[in-house]
Amino acid sequence: MAKKMIDFNKNFKKIVIVYLAIFLVGVVLALVLGVKLDINFKGGARITYAYTGEVAEKDVQSALGDVIKEKYTVTKSTSIAGDTKTISLNLVGNKGISTKVQEDITKKLTEKFKDNKIELYDSNSVSPTIAGSFFLKSLVAVVIAAAFVVLYVGVRFRKIGGVSAGMTALVALVFDVLITFFVCVFFRLQIDSNYIAVVLTILGYSLNDTIVTFDRVRENRKLYPEDDLAESVNKSINMTLIRNVITSVTTFVAVLTVVGVAEIFGLTTLRTFGIPMAFGIVSGSISSLCIAGPLWVIWQNKKSKKKAR
Amino acid sequence: MKSKRTAKPVFFVIVALILALTYLAFFGVENYYGDTRQVYFKGASDIRWGIDISGGVEAVFSPDKEGVKITDDDMDAAKSIIETRLVNNNITDYEVYTDTANHQIIVRFPWAAGESDFDAQKAVQELGETALLTFCDGTTQDTVLLSGAKHIQSAQAGVDEQGGYVVYLNFTAEGKSLFATATANRVGKTISIWMDDTMISAPTVQNAITDGQAYINGMESAEAAKELADKINAGSLPFALTADDSKLQIISPSLGSDALDVMVIAGAIAFALVCIIMILRYRLNGVVASISLLGQLAGSIACISGFFGNTSSFTLTVPGIAGIILSVGVGVDCNVIASERIRDEFAKGKTIDGAIDSGFKNSLSAVIDGNVTVVIVALVLMGAFGTPDSLIAKLFSPLMALFGTSITGSIYSFGYTLLVGVVFNLLMGILASKYMLKSVSQLKFLRKPWLYGGKKNG
Repeated sequence: MAKKMIDFNKNFKKIVIVYLAIFLVGVVLALVLGVKLDINFKGGARITYAYTGEVAEKDVQSALGDVIKEKYTVTKSTSIAGDTKTISLNLVGNKGISTKVQEDITKKLTEKFKDNKIELYDSNSVSPTIAGSFFLKSLVAVVIAAAFVVLYVGVRFRKIGGVSAGMTALVALVFDVLITFFVCVFFRLQIDSNYIAVVLTILGYSLNDTIVTFDRVRENRKLYPEDDLAESVNKSINMTLIRNVITSVTTFVAVLTVVGVAEIFGLTTLRTFGIPMAFGIVSGSISSLCIAGPLWVIWQNKKSKKKAR
Repeated sequence: MKSKRTAKPVFFVIVALILALTYLAFFGVENYYGDTRQVYFKGASDIRWGIDISGGVEAVFSPDKEGVKITDDDMDAAKSIIETRLVNNNITDYEVYTDTANHQIIVRFPWAAGESDFDAQKAVQELGETALLTFCDGTTQDTVLLSGAKHIQSAQAGVDEQGGYVVYLNFTAEGKSLFATATANRVGKTISIWMDDTMISAPTVQNAITDGQAYINGMESAEAAKELADKINAGSLPFALTADDSKLQIISPSLGSDALDVMVIAGAIAFALVCIIMILRYRLNGVVASISLLGQLAGSIACISGFFGNTSSFTLTVPGIAGIILSVGVGVDCNVIASERIRDEFAKGKTIDGAIDSGFKNSLSAVIDGNVTVVIVALVLMGAFGTPDSLIAKLFSPLMALFGTSITGSIYSFGYTLLVGVVFNLLMGILASKYMLKSVSQLKFLRKPWLYGGKKNG
């Protein structure tokens, strides 16, 4: 055990400053660039056109490049009853789109696809499918899950002051989730249901990392009760360091492979999944090592000082 | 302390079991009787793929009634019931849009797995049914005694003493007293039970029923009973919805049909890379970890497809597959923790048997605590975003009821995938890996400490 040990307690402040700096930049970017939301959250419009012959999604998108500013998706369909082929556009917006914009779209498409008899088939302005109530519920679900986790950690780690361990694990988690959010802002990624899945995965991943570390602390407190708290925590972090690195590497490699292969074959939908996930995994490891443990040492020391008084 | 040794064949038995599970989970077992396909075990091809992979159906619903005032709340209620019906069938990838100005609800859902003769019209029709359960006097619908969620709290499929399929009903407080009075007044007479315009049962009242419980007997099959119970639990629409046949459309896959192939390639590469990393670092432990990982993957796939012929498949989308590949990366964690511990034990000078034993023993608490927290997260998600009548939702209902229903199939299925992933991870990572490693280490030519993380000539 005479290997060189990294002093994580000493580096705690530096790491926190780095995180806070990233958050500050992220907030500024979010205010300047804005946050992109998917149709699911905001509601929008849906316009369907009937056509004949062949129309490629790509050509539709290139034809409408300068007419529609917002993000939209193109879906091709055929009706079951007749042989009508349709193409529908899903547009994001706070309300439905103006008749002017719709006329422009119709004009552009008829011009571009002269031989395809483009005709307006249907038009709807839709309310958000995932509305405010979804956000509220997500928040409540996360809070409830967090409360249960702290409770569980509190019981399982009661020998080393469990609730405080649970709380510091949560702090590390909040840091990771914020990182994924700012990554979306920075890379101009849309906040969609993929992103929600990322947050939930990071939730489990980051907690797992922190718990593995605290498990070592629990064991080392029993084995070496003479160690001072800071030393004990530092020793535990160093002992779990390799495991932490290997698991992060395998997870990171898996995510990178998915996004990489998808990009090569032109599947871009996984960007909103893979990019924040990759950063979240790295942050999950760093925060478990550099924030959760040292923060817990500070917390415990403050508590014992209070008692001593 | 001498540890109990594990017999040599155990390794081969576990490997054979994992390979068998993998084969079944990916390829399934089926038989053809003429043109009828009998599925014993479902393979990966029986999974219901999301709209992004296989395309689906789009229907535009509008209320049946003309001239009736329809509020935005009615539209929201209708939307939420349609979502419940979809999730009840494990269709967790869907899009439901409401156009409150035109009173239209646009629903998109994926094709059923492997069914080329899938009757879109029938499926759409069922989605739009009012599904109002009523108790009526006599055998006509003229006098309605009890109706809908106001009086009937929940339903449950079951079997009665004679082995017949029944649906048990629980009444609300109001329904209970109404039913008690109704039955007391009608001893010897008939009360009929209706689902919309179809009479499903017309029993004769034997005596007053005051305990707020009743059942509908004479159901055709277990499936029919479950279907009816689900329908009652999902709730009734405020109005019947009809789909405009001219607007019923087949949507093409939004990501193109090769999206699935791309994801399979990505999954295979990711799996291979993770195995290589594990074997490079942990040698024989890494080989064992790779076999366990295969078992975990197969287990998850089996749970998503439903595995058994008669269970319905969950819906798997491209992000869903990405999630499964991600779980391959995280899944080796149990093995990483244990293997690192085994290395530590060798450093302390333990023998092969001693190191493997203590390694797994010491890693157990970390693995369990880490995974239980993930189980907690998964259960909360399933409870919060699944249908309100599911078991898990009931568990959390005192907490969740405060925030209304917000069914979100994608998150619900994410929670489910997470849950089954963790369960198989524990099963494989703790039990299978341990016994495989203990047993394989008994083979003479493999009794070399460096294979397990010890020194080269230890």
